Amino acid sequence: MADLAHSQVTAGHDGGTRRDFLILTAGALGGIGAACAIWPFIDSLNPAKDTLALSTTEVDLAPVQAGQRLTVAWRGKPVFIDHRTPEEIKAAQDVDVASLRDPQPDSARAKKPEWLVIIGVCTHLGCIPLGNKPGDDRGPFGGWFCPCHGSIYDTSGRIRQGPAPLNLVVPPYDFTSDTAIKIG
Amino acid sequence: MAVPPASSPASGYGRLIRWIDYRLPFVSFLEHEFTAYPTPKNLNYWWNFGSLAGIILVIMIVTGVVLAMHYTPNSDLAFDSVERIMRDVNYGWLLRYIHMNGASMFFLIVYIHLFRGLYYGSYKYPRELLWILGVVILLLMIATAFMGYVLPWGQMSYWAATVITNLFSAIPVVGNKIVTLLWGGFTVGNPTLNRFFSLHYLLPFVIVAVVGLHLIALHQHGSNNPLGIDTRGPQDTMPFHPYHTIKDSFGLCVALLVFAFFVFYAPNFFASSDNYIPANPMVTPNHIVPEWYLLPYYAILRSVTFDILGIPAKLLGVVLSLGSIILLFLVPWLDTSRVRSARFRPIYRLVSWLLPIDVIALGYVGSQPPEGWVVTLGQVATFYYYFHFLVLMPLLGKIERPRPLPISIGTAVLEATGLGNARPAERH
Repeated sequence: MADLAHSQVTAGHDGGTRRDFLILTAGALGGIGAACAIWPFIDSLNPAKDTLALSTTEVDLAPVQAGQRLTVAWRGKPVFIDHRTPEEIKAAQDVDVASLRDPQPDSARAKKPEWLVIIGVCTHLGCIPLGNKPGDDRGPFGGWFCPCHGSIYDTSGRIRQGPAPLNLVVPPYDFTSDTAIKIG
Repeated sequence: MAVPPASSPASGYGRLIRWIDYRLPFVSFLEHEFTAYPTPKNLNYWWNFGSLAGIILVIMIVTGVVLAMHYTPNSDLAFDSVERIMRDVNYGWLLRYIHMNGASMFFLIVYIHLFRGLYYGSYKYPRELLWILGVVILLLMIATAFMGYVLPWGQMSYWAATVITNLFSAIPVVGNKIVTLLWGGFTVGNPTLNRFFSLHYLLPFVIVAVVGLHLIALHQHGSNNPLGIDTRGPQDTMPFHPYHTIKDSFGLCVALLVFAFFVFYAPNFFASSDNYIPANPMVTPNHIVPEWYLLPYYAILRSVTFDILGIPAKLLGVVLSLGSIILLFLVPWLDTSRVRSARFRPIYRLVSWLLPIDVIALGYVGSQPPEGWVVTLGQVATFYYYFHFLVLMPLLGKIERPRPLPISIGTAVLEATGLGNARPAERH
């Protein structure tokens, strides 16, 4: 038996033997098969269809008065809806955009100036900033203040002071009527 | 850096591997147990089923761990969480169907493996503990499979749990107290489901541990072989790698094809449609049957319809059903023949084929409603099962005249290939 195997191994011509070829091709096919078999296991850990189905939230804005802030849940995260007063809009628009850490004009962040819709998750390490409830500390710029590590956001939700690198994220949303939005 | 001399088993590897191996001999272990490990050169395809069972165990654990990430062990939520796995979780249907049909594949393979052991006398000296550890694995598998079957919390799950736990009520005096303890309540309920889930997750790892012991015991004296005679030296053996790694790989491909057929084309072939109805403690399905791999034990359980010597039929049925497995522990001592392989035992060879036929008959009985001639067949088959182990096995060893054994595996192999008369110099 051993002699037979030996004679096959040495029977190759230009350096490669029949056995080398078989090991390589069988190994490659087995490797591809194993990789394909692993994929369903990994993909099953991604959000399931019912989780994805929960990914839009509709909000009626009609009862929200100017100056009021509302928190709604979207994909399990808080979304801040701010019915801004004219002073807040002015404060947001009068900033020198070039001086900001994450330069963005207010017009790029609010589809209608009186309505600011932002995800209420600090871009530093994921805490929820204060400022959406009456009586909260809104920080020196009248926007939001994150108590975890002291990030301060302005009335457009842009980062002004503290460790956070980016502005509060604007989620995808559309006005389905003058007083209703669909987030997601 | 101290690197061991070239004579160590890892000597063919680089410095880093040798440095590690000198301290943690993992490469040496693999080399010794899976590469150089000598196997009899006459092993046939019946010897594929041990490694197959091991691979299925791994598949079951991997799919099970991922399924547990999506499953909710609460009696109000369990059924829906399984349906969510089937409909919403990415590839959840695939993972569950692999796990479901994997249980059937596992038992099919293990039953063939067990029959192989019976046919070729693999349980005889010096492999008695190897065999006993195998029976322990079978018992653990049955417990694990049963508790896994309860988890989807369908009608069959619920009533299987009820019926099987009620077996313990047959125990005199304390039976009912034990059943209440098992349930954690006064019926099968949420506490029962929770503990079954916990144990269903635990027991597979206990099986892995016992499989480890099974392999240690196997490698102590090496595999038995179709001739049932001991290997006498290198001329009777081949290294495990590459000969058995490649043969086992081929067998694995065939087994996976069968497995894949059921997973993709007949995923519910082994399942009961009643288990897609949510558990209802107020209504029992008309016809309760366990999964196919438990049908013979179920048939034995139901076959005792009368009291014997004052022992109630209920208790006796439970004892005989459990006893059908306990009996396997005693097989190394029930078989009095010193010849291992049935090839050289003309009567036992015939009788050993009657046993699987008897077990299949019991399986059929277990699948049918217990009425008319089916009951009689079950009683006859139960009697024969015990007759086989308790009467035929000890008796045949005494009265049977075995055929002469070959001198060695090497000579038998060469005779079979027509080279038996060749002089040593010509064998090359």
